[in-house]
Amino acid sequence: MPASDQVAHATPDPTSATPSATATPALELRDVTVRFGGVTALSAAGLRVAEHTVHGVIGPNGAGKTTLFNVACGFLRPDEGQVVRRGETLARLRPHRLASYGMSRTLQGLGLFDRLSVLDNVMVGADRHGRSGFLGTMLALPGATRDEDRLRERAMEALERLRIAEHARRYPPSLPYALRKRVALARALVAEPTLLLLDEPASGLSSEEMDELAALIGGLSGEMAVMLVEHHMDLVMKVCDRITVLDFGKVIADGSPAEVQQDPAVVAAYLGDDVADLDADTGPATDPATPTEA
Amino acid sequence: MQMLSRAWRHTLVRHATLAVLGLLVAVVVLMSVDDFRNRQLTELAYMALAAGGLTLLTGINGQISLGHGAFMAIGAYTTALLLQDPETALPLPLVLLASLLVALVVGVLVGVAAARLHGPYLAGATLTLAIAVPGIARYFSTTLGGEQGLRVTSPEPPAWFLDALFFLTGTEPSNSQYYAILGWTLLVVVFFLLANLIRGRVGRRWAAVRDDEVAAELAGINLARARVSAFTVSAAVAGLAGALMAIQIRLAAPTAFELTLSLTLLTAIVLGGLGTLSGAIIGSVVLVYTARIATDVGTAQGLDSIAAAELAPLVYGTVMILVILLAPAGLVGSLLRWRAARAARGADRRTTPPAARPTDPHHPDGPADQQRRPVATTKGDQP
Repeated sequence: MPASDQVAHATPDPTSATPSATATPALELRDVTVRFGGVTALSAAGLRVAEHTVHGVIGPNGAGKTTLFNVACGFLRPDEGQVVRRGETLARLRPHRLASYGMSRTLQGLGLFDRLSVLDNVMVGADRHGRSGFLGTMLALPGATRDEDRLRERAMEALERLRIAEHARRYPPSLPYALRKRVALARALVAEPTLLLLDEPASGLSSEEMDELAALIGGLSGEMAVMLVEHHMDLVMKVCDRITVLDFGKVIADGSPAEVQQDPAVVAAYLGDDVADLDADTGPATDPATPTEA
Repeated sequence: MQMLSRAWRHTLVRHATLAVLGLLVAVVVLMSVDDFRNRQLTELAYMALAAGGLTLLTGINGQISLGHGAFMAIGAYTTALLLQDPETALPLPLVLLASLLVALVVGVLVGVAAARLHGPYLAGATLTLAIAVPGIARYFSTTLGGEQGLRVTSPEPPAWFLDALFFLTGTEPSNSQYYAILGWTLLVVVFFLLANLIRGRVGRRWAAVRDDEVAAELAGINLARARVSAFTVSAAVAGLAGALMAIQIRLAAPTAFELTLSLTLLTAIVLGGLGTLSGAIIGSVVLVYTARIATDVGTAQGLDSIAAAELAPLVYGTVMILVILLAPAGLVGSLLRWRAARAARGADRRTTPPAARPTDPHHPDGPADQQRRPVATTKGDQP
């Protein structure tokens, strides 16, 4: 496969998607420092999410993953450093502007609209593609009606992609957690972002559901860049093209899954005093101490 | 038949059909009942109108307002001022439009402040409005008539209206019938527009902001703009309702717009069910008629007029408590909830065959069921 495919909008081969150092990344964090009172949650952390790659951010509890995530999507303004999206510095990014930068994120608490149907939930996600205004909606002008039909179609496509179309008319509280999670993902995807930020997408999923999720995320890199914060190691190792490892607010490693797994600093951070903890989390197959496919 | 059902799914077709039918029924009913009933039905129309506006604000957008009576007062006083001198009075449609616009402008101003407030703070701020506006009317007694208020010279029905109705029904409508038909026409038209808003993109944004601010914002919705627009529309509708009220009672006086009016509106939408326009109508019906019926029953039972009048709040309170206890989602809300629950059960039955349900990990009962299984069976599952 020619190297130019990495930047073109064709589906890249995930194995060859190692980002070149010169291409403009989908998102770049430069020397980001965040302090909460006396605690430094992030100290000069930096990362580059290349276009059309899946970029994982991992680290032990309290490493600063969530803080980094919140900086990336503008929820938190860093004390120092910059967030750069496709070469443009995002200063004072207000959350409702996120969508206009082609960014979409999921929330750990899902944040579904409980009194709207599943379809309407996803249609809210598609809202940035809507064109009808106040008067058009109020008078139900033909243009507004067509616009509404288009949004509904898009939303149904997203629901079908996540295989929850049959629940379109139900309300989120009546669905089991795993399905609600898919609704949240459909709502993020329907905006057709070019950068998708996923906050712990695997939490609370069974192992089969996690396999499904991995297949889905893997398939997304053809359309967008994905950054995910996750502590399920097997999911991260399976789907990510590149991984940034945080510990105590600092980036301790950055590289392909294989590189990261063998990095002594990562092994020390994870294995430190408590080997059993990692075993419980990931199972033996992805234990960094024993290289996979040995 | 199939084409009909497909057309029905279109918002405009559905809402327009309901509106036209509603208007026809209203005109037929209004033309066939006496003036007394017509006056009652006009009251119902303006109460339902204001309650519909409040439904949009509180039910759909999640902002509470204890001061919607104040916007009605603004509309009523605007109408009264514009109709004061029969010589220079503007035509009625312009008067109504002006009342709506004045309330709309005040609504924008209050809405901008309200967008920053939440829950009890918003309730407090709007409560202030409900108390302040009648106070302002009392204070500027030279222009606004003080405690006595302003007399409203209610306009006579125009000739074309009399002709049209005579042509349609063979009788000449009275003034009361004119106001009633005017009120119900406004109610139907405004509810048609509100229903379009609620079913469309605008209403979906309002509801998203109500349910989860952060998620709504992430979808690209400007929270402040969504809140202010809901407040504005709601205030404008209340202003229109106030104008209609002034024409009907021929007076704009502070006592008509005390806090009780605002609370009555809120009661109406809670009774009917937050978030549905039909709930606003049903809530208003319950409020307007329970009071009347209670008073009538009291008088018939030999109570003097004061004691009979005191029965109304008692019945109000009882109905309110019963609804909150038995149907916390309101009358219409409970009906919708029951229907949704039935649909959900139906969907479950269709997607998961009964035999597969206990072990299905997607089913909420699944894990609990597995825990209840004896340990031996779990071991036996392992090869």
